[in-house]
Amino acid sequence: MTQIQGFFDSLGSGLIMVWRALVSLPAAPRILKRVAEQAYLIGYTTLPIVTILCFFIGGVLALQAGITLRDFGAKEFIGALVGASMARELGPVMVAILLAGRVGSAATAELASMRVYSEVDALVTMNIPPERLLVLPRLLAVLLVMPVITVLANIIGWLGGALVCEYVKFIGLSADQFFRNLQSFVTVDDVLDGMIKAEIFGFLVMVIACNTGLRTRGGPREIGASVTRSVVLSLIAILTVDYFVTKVLA
Amino acid sequence: MPLTRSPFPERDDRAPVTVEVTHVAKAYGSQQVLEDISLKVEPGEIFVIMGPSGSGKSVLLRHIAGLEKPSAGTITINGLDPTEPETRNRFALALVFQSGALFNSLSVYDNLALYPLEHHLCPKQEIRDRVMRALRILSIEHAVQKLPAELSGGMRKRVAIARALVMEPQVLLYDEPTSELDPVMAATIAEIIGTLKQEHDVTSIVVSHDRDLSLTIADRVAVLHHGKLLAVAPPAELKASTDPIITEFLNPKIDTANPRFKQLEASS
Repeated sequence: MTQIQGFFDSLGSGLIMVWRALVSLPAAPRILKRVAEQAYLIGYTTLPIVTILCFFIGGVLALQAGITLRDFGAKEFIGALVGASMARELGPVMVAILLAGRVGSAATAELASMRVYSEVDALVTMNIPPERLLVLPRLLAVLLVMPVITVLANIIGWLGGALVCEYVKFIGLSADQFFRNLQSFVTVDDVLDGMIKAEIFGFLVMVIACNTGLRTRGGPREIGASVTRSVVLSLIAILTVDYFVTKVLA
Repeated sequence: MPLTRSPFPERDDRAPVTVEVTHVAKAYGSQQVLEDISLKVEPGEIFVIMGPSGSGKSVLLRHIAGLEKPSAGTITINGLDPTEPETRNRFALALVFQSGALFNSLSVYDNLALYPLEHHLCPKQEIRDRVMRALRILSIEHAVQKLPAELSGGMRKRVAIARALVMEPQVLLYDEPTSELDPVMAATIAEIIGTLKQEHDVTSIVVSHDRDLSLTIADRVAVLHHGKLLAVAPPAELKASTDPIITEFLNPKIDTANPRFKQLEASS
């Protein structure tokens, strides 16, 4: 009962936080510098890992597809498989998971620390809504950056797949053939669907991160607990929402 | 003793402010922290809240600052609810936190300039003047570009007080303003509190353990004990009190012949 109550309590405070942040939208021009800082931070921290991870995901996908499709004589379709999987599913999901692990956790830790050390209270007494100063820049930044990172993740994943096809002998598919097949099957809509997913996941991760951070109570030990809670909740949310978004987009 | 440098420029839009606490109680779960507290802080008064650790002083201050809502009773500032942003805005209510509560990612300058910048109070040059004036009063102008993490505890406290001065508040709440400060700086803080009263009619509510400072600057002192209000009286009256708790708090005796002390000595 307490956990159910806690869930709805958290959901309610998250919705109120988002509402207060949206109400502060007219102040957005004044927080552009903070938005730019957050966007830089998100890109800077996630891009290197996204590059490594998506390159190998693309490569592994091509390798697995190559092993299976070779037996059916359909290895020409590796490009389509890797291309569509990356664009529609793996690109946005992997970027969102990395966002939760790198950026979401850091945001929770920072806000939780601000809460524990009374900095958030100081903002309230100064009549500066914490949602305007701490949440809105992060939400805007994640909405700006997520599509860009996702497209880059897709391209890197495709490159990984193409390189595996080119250099793994038993697949025997040139990179040129890989990309021609990819081009003929993967549409702009596939990429756009992936970008929509990325926006939704990014927004969710940041809302969970900020809400968990701002709801932290107690001492420094709670900061660590909040970070863990934020990452776990984000992962559950990404994969749960993914199913429904995929269904709607399909 | 008045300050040679006034914390605020002259303003004529400031009205006297009364803080009223009526039958306030607060419980966290089963723990009763405040019980039936009623007091009235008059305009321009320096009102000190004293009491042993854990007596609920800081909790009461957080309620007056509008950071928490009481379980029962009401708190008003000129009849308005301090939890409402409009009330805090109207009286520029400022709270000096015990820990300083400085924004660690911002420099000292940015910490002080945040309030006027966010509220578009004045042009940037005027904000700069305000910030530098506050820093000079607290003798920390050399730290203007430093980050809070680079400051000592005492300096952080001074920056927190400077940040409150930049807000030009009509109600200024201090939570242990002189803890971590040397006696000279503690006297400066007392001087600032006195000047704000004399020259700007600022209503000050001070939570403090510093008995000497409190009895020197206070117009009236409230003594809290286990969440209950024991007394509200001018310092002279309080010193003459025969209440054993107040007497013990104001004149603590250090008895090295204390049996507990002897036991500890023996066991070590």
